[in-house]
Amino acid sequence: MVLPIFLTLAAISILTALLMVLSKNPVHSVLYLILTFFAIAGQYILLNAQFLAVVHIIVYAGAIMVLFLFVLMLLNLSKETEPQKSAMWKLSGGIAAGMLLVTLVGALRGGIEVTIPENASGKVGLVENLGMVLFTDFVVPFEIAGILFLAAMVGAVLVGKRDLQV
Amino acid sequence: MLESIRSIPIDYYVYLSTVLFVIGVFGVLIRRNAIVVLMCIELMLNAVNLLLAAFSTYLSDAQGQIMVFFIMVVAAAEAAVGLGILVMIYRNTKSTDISLLDNLKN
Repeated sequence: MVLPIFLTLAAISILTALLMVLSKNPVHSVLYLILTFFAIAGQYILLNAQFLAVVHIIVYAGAIMVLFLFVLMLLNLSKETEPQKSAMWKLSGGIAAGMLLVTLVGALRGGIEVTIPENASGKVGLVENLGMVLFTDFVVPFEIAGILFLAAMVGAVLVGKRDLQV
Repeated sequence: MLESIRSIPIDYYVYLSTVLFVIGVFGVLIRRNAIVVLMCIELMLNAVNLLLAAFSTYLSDAQGQIMVFFIMVVAAAEAAVGLGILVMIYRNTKSTDISLLDNLKN
């Protein structure tokens, strides 16, 4: 019963990702990428990682993509006047990406052996368990992530200022 | 719930992540709009996130999902700073075309 859901979500995510890359209008690209993110959030729910799915939707669809859309609207790039790369570039880009895909799939073709632990409970993705791990084993990286956000915020404000007096 | 997860082989997740990553690489190679290039980088990060979450669930180990949170942190910081730089570039060149940004070449 789970396999058809997985295949549907995978097809949606691949299709919308391709449309994101190929659509001429950048606003359409943003909207297709949001659809891709929702399909990936569905995969997280399928993996029983509900907290991850919720955080994914809040952070990506709620914050990052709105930021992208806001910048696109601010710069008024929603028209379809984007300069296109030549057909030669597109062909060679397609060949390069296709060769990367063939290489990766060929390297993975032997199959991956995963030994599932005996005491697996399926509760690993719930917020209680994740919070315990995050605030015991990973508390120092957590604090460093806060410092990174502060530095990124100061940097973005400084870069975005119009006439910087240094 | 756990039994239903295991009806999907882990290979399927690996292949799905590979395809999404390659689509991101393809977008970076063929697009000229810097904002779309940044979005393709986000797509590549998400492909890796999906793989980490899949292995985390299959191996019943929470560390993979914690790693996904840290990747999200870095992605959010990167998007904020990257878009700030892009707005500044747009003010100077009136364009977000990455092929104009070859000043270091000469």
